[in-house]
Amino acid sequence: MPDYTLKELMTLAAAREIKDGDIVFCGTGISLLAAMAAKNIFAPNSVIFFETGAIDSLLEEVPLAVADPRVMFWTSVNGNLADSFATMQNRMTGPSVVGIMGAAQIDKFGNLNSTTIGDYFKPRTRFSGSGGACDVASFVGKTITFMQHEKRKFVPKLDYLTSPGWLDGGDSRKKAGLPDGGPVSVVTNMATMGFDETTKEMYLTGFFPGITPKNILDNMGFDMDVSRAKEVAPPTDFELKILREKCDPQRLILG
Amino acid sequence: MNISKDKTTSLSEAVDKFVHSGCHMSIGGFTINRNPMAAVYEIIRKKISNIHLYAHSNGHGVDELIGAGCVSRLEIAYAGSGRFAPTCIRFKKAVQAGTLVVEDYSNYQMTLRFMAGAMGVPFLPTRSSLGTDIVEKWGFSEQMRSEDQRLPDQKLLVIDNPFGSWGDTPKLVLVPAINCDVTLIHVQKADREGTVRMEGLTFSDVEQAKCAKHVIVTCEELVEPEFLKAFSDQNQIPSFCVDAVVHIPHGAYPTACYRYYDYDPAYLNQYRKYAEDEKPYETYLKDFVYGMKDHRGLLDKVGRAQLDTIKADPRTGYAVGLDRR
Repeated sequence: MPDYTLKELMTLAAAREIKDGDIVFCGTGISLLAAMAAKNIFAPNSVIFFETGAIDSLLEEVPLAVADPRVMFWTSVNGNLADSFATMQNRMTGPSVVGIMGAAQIDKFGNLNSTTIGDYFKPRTRFSGSGGACDVASFVGKTITFMQHEKRKFVPKLDYLTSPGWLDGGDSRKKAGLPDGGPVSVVTNMATMGFDETTKEMYLTGFFPGITPKNILDNMGFDMDVSRAKEVAPPTDFELKILREKCDPQRLILG
Repeated sequence: MNISKDKTTSLSEAVDKFVHSGCHMSIGGFTINRNPMAAVYEIIRKKISNIHLYAHSNGHGVDELIGAGCVSRLEIAYAGSGRFAPTCIRFKKAVQAGTLVVEDYSNYQMTLRFMAGAMGVPFLPTRSSLGTDIVEKWGFSEQMRSEDQRLPDQKLLVIDNPFGSWGDTPKLVLVPAINCDVTLIHVQKADREGTVRMEGLTFSDVEQAKCAKHVIVTCEELVEPEFLKAFSDQNQIPSFCVDAVVHIPHGAYPTACYRYYDYDPAYLNQYRKYAEDEKPYETYLKDFVYGMKDHRGLLDKVGRAQLDTIKADPRTGYAVGLDRR
């Protein structure tokens, strides 16, 4: 079995969820790397696009922001923000979009906080804010979220609900008036999780090699069903080769 | 609206004329790309304060304006500078210290708000943010809104679809138009009349320019009107929307300008270190902003050798192989 880092496995675990032909919306950092890995390994016909309006960029180097000039090179279209969010809200294109997200906090229904920790009006910690995250989470067919598996990040109640997941579970998302779609998976440094079809509650789908469901539950602030979980396949030599040599040779994101 | 045939001016004059303490201002660009930095530094040097600032996902320009104490209120979707500062540092400090009042929207909502202003309608609808705290929590209180004629009474409104079942959309979020006093953008090319050509992504600069009473354009190259007319399908902003045109090469530095130069990782990393604490930040402001006569002064201080490292490669439009650690 090849040596690999947790970050590499996380990237690949998310990349494996992207289907050939998906339109992949991503931010920066590991979410971008997952999209690049998917395109280079599993889903050659997927199209990466950015909220800044760049569509199908030829990513010869890793962008460090969604407005990095690297996203503007060899695109099919260099649009603008109004275009890119309309593509996600559009009834024909939006359902085919997979959004890859990150956040400071997540709850058991996949709602995300990227705004403040503590009281919104007197925050202990202020983060960047929604950016396009709330729009993506509101509009697109499915979202995948990257998180670090920590108690303070997997919380019973968010300090601020920035981006809608399944809201209060069940059919509450539909009741709120949001488009169909929502979170389908969460990938952490320990595990992969999905959402129950009926209750929309988070459950364990996979645990990384060497990690037990108990380790995972010990690192989160709410309980979840672990009965359906299987071990996540470690990276193959081929996956690692492409990820390291083609996607992030400078290890700007992989570290 | 300005039909003058020659709007070229100095940055100092343009800022004196159109940017005032207490004004409502928006700046273009996105995180670490095409921020109107020369104009931002000039505003800081002139110690203009109490600005009500609008941006969608702006990074470095917003952070420098906040850090220097120019901004009292901010309406924004995202304050970050990519990997160099996932959350803008002076922004974060100002919010946590309670010295900056922030109203949070999503990126699409801010874009729609600029667009509504540009279109001359009071609001535009979207399905984004239903069920979230963007709808529930208002950074600007109802009282503050009712007392200030320049603010809409509501942050936003959730309504039932007035067209019933048409469009299969039960509920909508209406976001209010922005019509600011002045918008600052930095672009690749402009002519003396004010026609603008941006290259690469335009972000929301067009909507931001068209929703403002006045627009200051800084440009890498000042070109002849004939040059822009020959391929006018590549132009985005008509001259009558623009009030001042200022020719400032490297005017987005240390942020990027596609096909001209990359962002400067060395400067942005150094800025982050200075920004972390009060004393070093005072030193930064003194040495890199107040101590400079103009943007040229900053570029001279940074030096030709460092600027050469970020020069754009003609094939890709960015600095290939640039050390970005």
